[in-house]
Amino acid sequence: MHKDYLSREEIARLQEKRFRETVERIFKRSPYYQKKLKEHGIKPVDIRGLADIHLLPFTSKNDLRGQYPFGMAAVSLKKILRLHASSGTTGKPIVSGYTRRDLSVWADAVSRICQMAGVTREDIAQISFGYGLFTGGFGLHYGLEKLGAMVVPFSSGNTERQLSLMQDFHTTVLVSTPSFALYMAEQARELGYDPASFHLRLGLFGGEPCSDLMRQEIEKEWGLKATLNYGLTEVMGPGIAGECSERNGMHLLEDYFYAEIIDPKTGERLPDGEKGELVLTPLTKEAFPVLRYRTGDITRLIDSPCPCGRTGRRMDYITGRSDDMVIVKGVNIFPSQVEEVLSTFPEVSPHYRLVLIRQKGFIKDLEVQVELTPQGFSDSFRELEQLEEKIRSRLRSTLSLGPKVKLMEPKSLERTTGKSRRIVEVEKGELE
Amino acid sequence: MVKQISVFLENKCGRLVRVTQVLGEAGINIRALSIADTSDFGILRLIVDKPDLACQVLREKGFMASETEVIAVEVPDKPGGLAQILTYLEEAQINIEYLYSFVEKPAQDALILMRVENAPEALRILREKQVKVIDGERIYSL
Repeated sequence: MHKDYLSREEIARLQEKRFRETVERIFKRSPYYQKKLKEHGIKPVDIRGLADIHLLPFTSKNDLRGQYPFGMAAVSLKKILRLHASSGTTGKPIVSGYTRRDLSVWADAVSRICQMAGVTREDIAQISFGYGLFTGGFGLHYGLEKLGAMVVPFSSGNTERQLSLMQDFHTTVLVSTPSFALYMAEQARELGYDPASFHLRLGLFGGEPCSDLMRQEIEKEWGLKATLNYGLTEVMGPGIAGECSERNGMHLLEDYFYAEIIDPKTGERLPDGEKGELVLTPLTKEAFPVLRYRTGDITRLIDSPCPCGRTGRRMDYITGRSDDMVIVKGVNIFPSQVEEVLSTFPEVSPHYRLVLIRQKGFIKDLEVQVELTPQGFSDSFRELEQLEEKIRSRLRSTLSLGPKVKLMEPKSLERTTGKSRRIVEVEKGELE
Repeated sequence: MVKQISVFLENKCGRLVRVTQVLGEAGINIRALSIADTSDFGILRLIVDKPDLACQVLREKGFMASETEVIAVEVPDKPGGLAQILTYLEEAQINIEYLYSFVEKPAQDALILMRVENAPEALRILREKQVKVIDGERIYSL
């Protein structure tokens, strides 16, 4: 795994070389980019290296969607060994194809992420990501196998059986979304399992952002060390960045991915350390190459040395998505901000939902629904109303907007095995 | 003091029915109840024959339930009966958070349940004024 310890100069050289190869391949083989770059008046001679990357246009989620199903291919289809697709909650899904080399890069990337997190060949890892078109299951599967861990390819769902196998197999590593890890803990408690009867020591969580509170909660419930990792289907899948045991940001695998941070409004490139939208250019992708993909994830890059000795710059935890951002009464709100505020109240659980109340096509109001914990329940109306008011006023000072706060019964908000859906829109008057 | 079960309820169809079903299935008999709500949520308060069991089964079924202690007093069933008792508490400046009554009368007198701010003091005053305070065991077995 020496790639994680290259000097910064060596990484830069490798990135430069691979970027030029990528650009060359794209000009030669990608009908989509040939057309797009021509429209932007960009010729192969204009892009001599990474110093010129800012001249290239961005690629957005919609661009990819518009190329459904195979418009992004830059190899003949018979060279594509596998397809994955993002969950198309709106419109067509985004398809991603992989050549043999792409699959081998992917397995290598994921195995390095897993090793960083602390997985060893002695571990028994249960993968509770869905296996299928979603990249989570297969992505982690081949990476962990490459590393030499014993893989339990459970996939998602059937929580009761997941728990009993985890107990029987003495599973040491759990791979899932953070919300599913919490959900399983809840189920374990409900079904009367003794948390000490599990052997989990490490968690690899990804697929959705995870707040500090959620992480603490998972660690407390399961008694494991929770690590986060990052990836997205459009660029490859899981395996783009991950935490080492220092857990001070996620190391990017910079030999495979070139990262930039831009201002989501203007598209201007921001200096290192500033917060903005992450833009990724995979440097080795053959089947479906992508240039300057706008991830929509808001983060910043950290280039101070990490005590673990790995040299890959780190990306900070995702503090929001440029497309998750909701605008209510002219105020930009990221769900993660709400989550941070809620996490300071032991009276409510980390399960929450943002309800955008529309009236005549406009978002008129925001309601924050949050589940009460036993600690928060009081027989007195006054106290419950005071709690709502306290949460509301703390939200007001963070968001500069005081949303309505609604206390909910435990487990009344939807739990999903995949990405939890935290934002819903309703017409005014539709609220129960 | 009498053990009362308080249940947090979202204002949503079917939740109240479900509480009563859960209690029914567990063979628990409801003696008295009151429900109070805002536009968002309600608190259901119950007096039952087996309070500890009721709290346990409700929690097992996912309800937010807790036990609270309330005072039960017998009120002479005649005009001004309740007023007299409330006056004692008011004079002592003890606030009443809520009160509700039993449907059945155990005897000649009416039965009132109340939650007050300073319960020990309230009990002392009520006893001093010779108001009949009823203990939990008698209430559960009515």
